[in-house]
Amino acid sequence: MVQELQIGGTDALLQIEGLTKRFGGVVASENVTLDVRAGELHAIIGPNGAGKTTLIGQLTGELRPDAGRIRFDGEDITAMPTFQRSLLGLARSFQITSLFLDVTALDNVALAVQANAGHSFHFWRDARSEAELREPARAALARVGLGQRADVMAANLSHGEHRLLEFAMALANKPRMLLLDEPMAGLGPEESARMVEMLRELKGELPVLLIEHDMEAVFALADRITVLVYGRVIASDVPAKIRANEEVRQAYLGEQEAVHG
Amino acid sequence: MPRTRVRPLAGPSTGSGGASSNPQRYGSTKRCLGLLGHPDARVTTVGGTMLLFVEQCLNGLQFGLLLFLLAAGLTLVFGIMDLVNLAHGSLYMVGAYFAATFTALTGSFIGGVLLALVATCLVGMAVEVIAMRRLYGRDHLDHVLGTFGLILFFNEAVRLIWGPAGMNLTLPSWLNTSIEILPGVPYSSYRFSIIVVALAVALFLYMLVMRTRIGMLIRAGASNREMVSALGVNIKLLYTLVFGLGAALAGLAGLMQAAILTAQIGMGENILILAFVVIIIGGIGSIRGAFVASILVGLIDTVGRAFLPDIFKLVLSQAAASTAGPAVSSMLIYLLMTIVLVVRPEGLFPVSNK
Amino acid sequence: MTSGAWFRRGWITPRNVVVAAILTFVVLLPVYTSGTGNYFLLSLFTRIVILAMAASTLNLILGYGGMVSFGHAAYVGIGGYVVGILAHEGITTGFLQWPLALIASGVFGLVVGALSLRTRGVYFIMITLAFAQMIYYVALALDRYGGDDGMTIYTRSQFAGLIDLSQKTVFYYLCVVLLLGTIYLVHRLANSRFGLVIQGSRSNDRRMRAIGFPTFRYRLTCFVIAGMLCGLSGALLATHTDFISPAMMHWTRSGDLIVMVVLGGMASVFGPLIGAVALLVLEEVLSGITEYWQIILGPLLLLVVLFARGGVDGILLHWHDHYRSASHGIGNLLARMRRG
Repeated sequence: MVQELQIGGTDALLQIEGLTKRFGGVVASENVTLDVRAGELHAIIGPNGAGKTTLIGQLTGELRPDAGRIRFDGEDITAMPTFQRSLLGLARSFQITSLFLDVTALDNVALAVQANAGHSFHFWRDARSEAELREPARAALARVGLGQRADVMAANLSHGEHRLLEFAMALANKPRMLLLDEPMAGLGPEESARMVEMLRELKGELPVLLIEHDMEAVFALADRITVLVYGRVIASDVPAKIRANEEVRQAYLGEQEAVHG
Repeated sequence: MPRTRVRPLAGPSTGSGGASSNPQRYGSTKRCLGLLGHPDARVTTVGGTMLLFVEQCLNGLQFGLLLFLLAAGLTLVFGIMDLVNLAHGSLYMVGAYFAATFTALTGSFIGGVLLALVATCLVGMAVEVIAMRRLYGRDHLDHVLGTFGLILFFNEAVRLIWGPAGMNLTLPSWLNTSIEILPGVPYSSYRFSIIVVALAVALFLYMLVMRTRIGMLIRAGASNREMVSALGVNIKLLYTLVFGLGAALAGLAGLMQAAILTAQIGMGENILILAFVVIIIGGIGSIRGAFVASILVGLIDTVGRAFLPDIFKLVLSQAAASTAGPAVSSMLIYLLMTIVLVVRPEGLFPVSNK
Repeated sequence: MTSGAWFRRGWITPRNVVVAAILTFVVLLPVYTSGTGNYFLLSLFTRIVILAMAASTLNLILGYGGMVSFGHAAYVGIGGYVVGILAHEGITTGFLQWPLALIASGVFGLVVGALSLRTRGVYFIMITLAFAQMIYYVALALDRYGGDDGMTIYTRSQFAGLIDLSQKTVFYYLCVVLLLGTIYLVHRLANSRFGLVIQGSRSNDRRMRAIGFPTFRYRLTCFVIAGMLCGLSGALLATHTDFISPAMMHWTRSGDLIVMVVLGGMASVFGPLIGAVALLVLEEVLSGITEYWQIILGPLLLLVVLFARGGVDGILLHWHDHYRSASHGIGNLLARMRRG
């Protein structure tokens, strides 16, 4: 993936063009343009306040952009409600763990399966005994290594397990692309390593847009990195070039370096 | 009628939908005319209709301002403490009873009113310290249930102390007259004084919230609880004071109302729901929204009730109009609320930092 | 959730014992009353059963769906008024009255739900309360149907001779059957795919939308179903008292229904029945003690909110833990006695 592709090229699954979002006088996204190609892991990095959360919000439909367009698989989804984007296959995980804490881990994942199993206007059959919901859910749990924890109440899982459960839910959502919002947040070194391993296994199978603070993980995993500063894209390239990019170093990576040297 | 012995929870006052069931209608046409000593016949002339219209608009304004006093306290408490207080209407009732009692005791209207305001404020602060304080931070369902319990308590306590009959608040003669507010337009001087007092209170609230240190704290408390505590302000005391202020406002509204009707058990409940409508229309937590919405609701409700049945008679048969007229005019403000909800679900003046 | 926890704890719990006792009492009551002629008790329990049914429908949206509707009594009133008005206009067949009561309640639920479910939290509470108040005032203004005095229903609904509602015992059993039917329906709904969406939305609506559920339409459907079933309970209530009046839908009645749901334990299928029995029997007992019984009931509610949030259900669960450790202790004692 070293060759430069035209933005909006035919193999881009997600295309973001000129996305702009203001809150009052603050520009949170300024003319953001980027894409995620089939099979690629594209990471977005940037200091706090760079507009990463705003960008995610617009991609998932919780925020409406002031200008610009988002296409998924060629379809314009800029004005599409959140749930429809999810049904199209744009699955997300939440930065701050956002689970159904009052039910079991399996119930959580089974809901994600159910969301993609047609409408839910089924009023009579006990949904917890439906194999077509439970089996795929168990499989997704097993895949993230939570197979043994399926029947534990989500509230009783550890923080690391919550992150894994988030991930299992995204996988169970029949995704065609994953939007991962800081999946490593708050994980210990061991758990982080496990998450990186899992993402590595996933690479090539599903395109991923990864928003992450953990630079080590990003540079280890990403095919391309986009750097966001004050809502603007200041660079978008392969990791090696990003590492060498002077503007990036000054604006972001090298704050300390700039001071020290 | 074979009803069981089980009484509805509301108790005897509201349970059977008796005389107290509709205090918001206190401005009914006949009553106003009676109060001012005008013969009904006047309505038939065009000029008479104009006069009546002006008068009803003033009544609407006056009712709206009364609503504002109630809604302002509610929205302050909600905006700052994030508390839904159904028992706000109980303070309205308590204020009316206090005023009736103290006026009779002291023999002075003004003295009785001032004592009643202080007493209601104290009751409010006591309620805050004993009960409300424990409800902050709980979910809204808890607020609803807990304050629902308080309503039952207050209704019954009032019945125990003052009896079930209700009390009159007698106006002094200098208020019980009419004045000519426009050439040829006489108006009840008491109702006019309600308008003046409520406008003064609205101005006071505006100055308090926008111009004083306490107001700054109130506004800061609404948007940033931790910051206020970090500044070393006694947030507990601030909350108690705000609650007491809300109680005094409610009490003021209640006692002013009591001079037009009487002080009755449960008098604060239906008007409280109207104050909710005001808050929904105005936007939760916004004093300005409460002010605009109160006047809108007061005007539409009063003028609608006065004229809609007659207007219906122009287009419908007598029988249909006499059924539909009152029914539709009682729906008007809810229709207004519906329109606002469709167009601006957050109310006319949404508070953005909530 | 609740049903799952149920199984894990086994069947013999204080809670289930209470439910079984109430059910047995409810089913056998007419045997006693017809023996002793104590029709007051039968009338009281007819009322309890009907209000328990109304509370069960509220439990569907409040307990399972997290929608704090403060206007549920409106449906009781609408159901009652449809039956009363039709009877007044000479249409006495229940085959028309009751379905129309359901439909009218459903339409009202659709309008209120469509407007209120777009909002959250305290807005939702206030809007449902306000619309219920609107219906209350409309009923007050209906002079043709009694206005604020209400109106007597002279002929109970006719069901082509299949069932005679004017017989007290027959009517009572009809109410019991409809209550149990409602409870079973709520149970099935709550555990179906539909119910899981409703419960998921209570727990975390944002997440539900993010994983692909258009939650609004499910919540609205749930709101309408609850409203319709509650309308049926209103038809029953009007039949029971042979009377309709705006007091049926006074806002305090909505408050009562919420109290029943919370007292009985939210999102548990038999909770509203326990809550209805608890509240209405408590009212009877307190009003026997003092004329000013609400001065006790009010603070009691506040105390439940502050210190016993799980309601009667929570207290029973709490007892259960004691009972378990106690029975454990007795078991040890017995074992020791046998050994020694």
